[in-house]
Amino acid sequence: MLSNLVPDLPAEPLIRIRPGRSWLAVDIRDLWSYRELLYFLTWRDLKVRYKQTSLGVTWAIIQPLFTMLIFTIFFGRLAKVPSDGVPYPIFVFAGVLLWTFFSNAVTTSANSLVSNSNLLTKVYFPRLLVPAAAVVAGLVDLLVAFAVLVGLMIYYKVAVTWTILLLPLPILLTTVLALATGTWLAALNVKYRDIRFAVPFVIQLWMFVSPIIYPTDFVPQKWRWLLALNPLTGTIEGFRTALFGHRPFNLSLITISALITFGLLLYATYVFWRMEETFADII
Amino acid sequence: MTPIIKVQDLGKRYQIGAREEAYETLREAIVGVVRSPLQRFARNRSAADVLWALRDVSFEVEPGEVVGIIGRNGAGKSTLLKILSRITKPTSGGVDLYGRVGSLLEVGTGFHPELTGRENIYLNGAILGMPRAEIRRKFDEIVEFAEIDKFLDTPVKRYSSGMYVRLAFAVAAHLEPEILIVDEVLAVGDASFQKKCLGKMGQVAKQGRTVLFVSHNMPAVKSLCGRAILLSAGRISQDGSVNEVVNSYLTADSDEIARTGIIPDDAPRLYGTDEAKLRSVHLTDLDGNDVSQLYLGQPCRLVMNFEVFKELLDACIEVGIIAMDGTHVTNSNSIDDGQLPLHLTSGPQTITLEMEPGLLPRQYTFLIGLHHSSGLTIEWIERALDFTVLRVAETGTDSYRWPAVRGYVRPAARWFGPDSFGSTDLRSAVGGVPEDLAVGGYK
Repeated sequence: MLSNLVPDLPAEPLIRIRPGRSWLAVDIRDLWSYRELLYFLTWRDLKVRYKQTSLGVTWAIIQPLFTMLIFTIFFGRLAKVPSDGVPYPIFVFAGVLLWTFFSNAVTTSANSLVSNSNLLTKVYFPRLLVPAAAVVAGLVDLLVAFAVLVGLMIYYKVAVTWTILLLPLPILLTTVLALATGTWLAALNVKYRDIRFAVPFVIQLWMFVSPIIYPTDFVPQKWRWLLALNPLTGTIEGFRTALFGHRPFNLSLITISALITFGLLLYATYVFWRMEETFADII
Repeated sequence: MTPIIKVQDLGKRYQIGAREEAYETLREAIVGVVRSPLQRFARNRSAADVLWALRDVSFEVEPGEVVGIIGRNGAGKSTLLKILSRITKPTSGGVDLYGRVGSLLEVGTGFHPELTGRENIYLNGAILGMPRAEIRRKFDEIVEFAEIDKFLDTPVKRYSSGMYVRLAFAVAAHLEPEILIVDEVLAVGDASFQKKCLGKMGQVAKQGRTVLFVSHNMPAVKSLCGRAILLSAGRISQDGSVNEVVNSYLTADSDEIARTGIIPDDAPRLYGTDEAKLRSVHLTDLDGNDVSQLYLGQPCRLVMNFEVFKELLDACIEVGIIAMDGTHVTNSNSIDDGQLPLHLTSGPQTITLEMEPGLLPRQYTFLIGLHHSSGLTIEWIERALDFTVLRVAETGTDSYRWPAVRGYVRPAARWFGPDSFGSTDLRSAVGGVPEDLAVGGYK
């Protein structure tokens, strides 16, 4: 009587649990089947972020806006930092916009596994989704703050050229870089809680070695190769070029950034994949 | 029939020594890497640093079976479930699963206190592996089951703990995997909701799905499962029909408890709510000295230490005396003789029963129960403390003289007859009761 209720079993096991690591290919298939969870985790991060705040999502605008104002006063007006012929406020706002997204995304994703430890020890899902959701949630804030940039561009009467079509590319590169850095740090953070202290400090230093308050040309020629090793250099440079069309694209710089970014992504996913199986035991 | 779960030689080893823990910080990891070539020679990993939470565990489960996993804390139950639900990896052996797995290791996994009930239903469903369309389809059913429709748009941090648990269980109960893994979720919530949860799980089983159920709640295991697996120290010590396995689990464990009178938190209990627990029992003489044997006819005190978690307004305590052959000899209840129910406040509570049991020489055990005066059982330890009644009285003027003991109780009695006595004065011979008759020798 029961047997007709029992579903037919597949010939091959659906899930094989064995010691050691699974094949990367298996994990990627798994990741795809859990894509809806990425949506829900992102949605949760967004919902929770501005709960019980009176300004709500306005915070996504306030942060870069005020940073821009301070930078404009101190670096643009007082220190007279050049800005490639673009009005300094929008020049620096473009940089700050991308940077705020990057730094928030890296910081939250680096802490994401540890702060979701109750999930990690109680239910199975591809762990990569946790830091990924933190990055995607940051992307939404970026879109909101982007409206301010559009406003500023209209105010300063910056003409938009065909280069605007390339805008998604630097945004994609920044997202991938944030994902790579965030997942790598998140995995390390499970084992070494030092990461929690190191991240804010490293992020702060990173800002100054990225062309956010200054253009790449500001750095003497002989040190520019060093600046190019920072994957954000070509990306931010490309972001501004796409927006303002004020200069030709520096293709070599963007290519270096892209290569380093994807290289880091490969390395980070490898580290993550290697450490993933021990997360539940050591977190 | 082909199995839906195949577990073969499964083992999980944990490192409990200092070696791994010392790697907690980056600096130590760096130092460790530098030093490790030396350390590898200097120190072999000793066996004491290693804990096998599971070892050589093999079993198969057929589709539609409902299997209870039982055992003391630390027996490996949770580790087994964690491996089956892919939260942690085994060290050796393997598992093949021929169906989707839904696991419920904790009620409310992934609930976010800031989100509303409605939002948490979606989030929790997604975390447990339910597609969005399925959650939407079952949404009303979940809300109805949880009885929270008025609070659907309130953040769950404002929920009472009962509402929280109801909502969490409701979401999980509507999962539809082929294999459902459940850990001790019924330990929460009030009695009526527990009943509802059990009903729901029984329903799940009737739909032909396979359920693995870990619990300390023996009545629940007995009523839900057809088969049980008893784990002890990481190995399967018994696998068979639920009644057989549960009974042997209950008796194996009670020897140690009954010898010491100390009742561990996870002692197997056949009934009870979580409002209070019996912690320890002593038998003393009237001077307060601990004893494990009573002289024939000796009055005694039974001192029971309870821990009350939730204030009890109408408690009554029952003490039964059971002979080792299983005969329930006699029973005393704190509300006997029209006495009022007890009011027990939260915290430790000591209750003393003084009595003259009037037992014949045998081995006995105390049964202790704590109930609401309505009859609902709060705590129930069937074999709390063993004791022996000796063949001699404390004064030495009385003894039980016959090798075979017939009956259990010697009533308070007076005899009448002719005023003449026989020629042997037994009283002078009392000191001479043969040693082997003093304790043993009765059946």
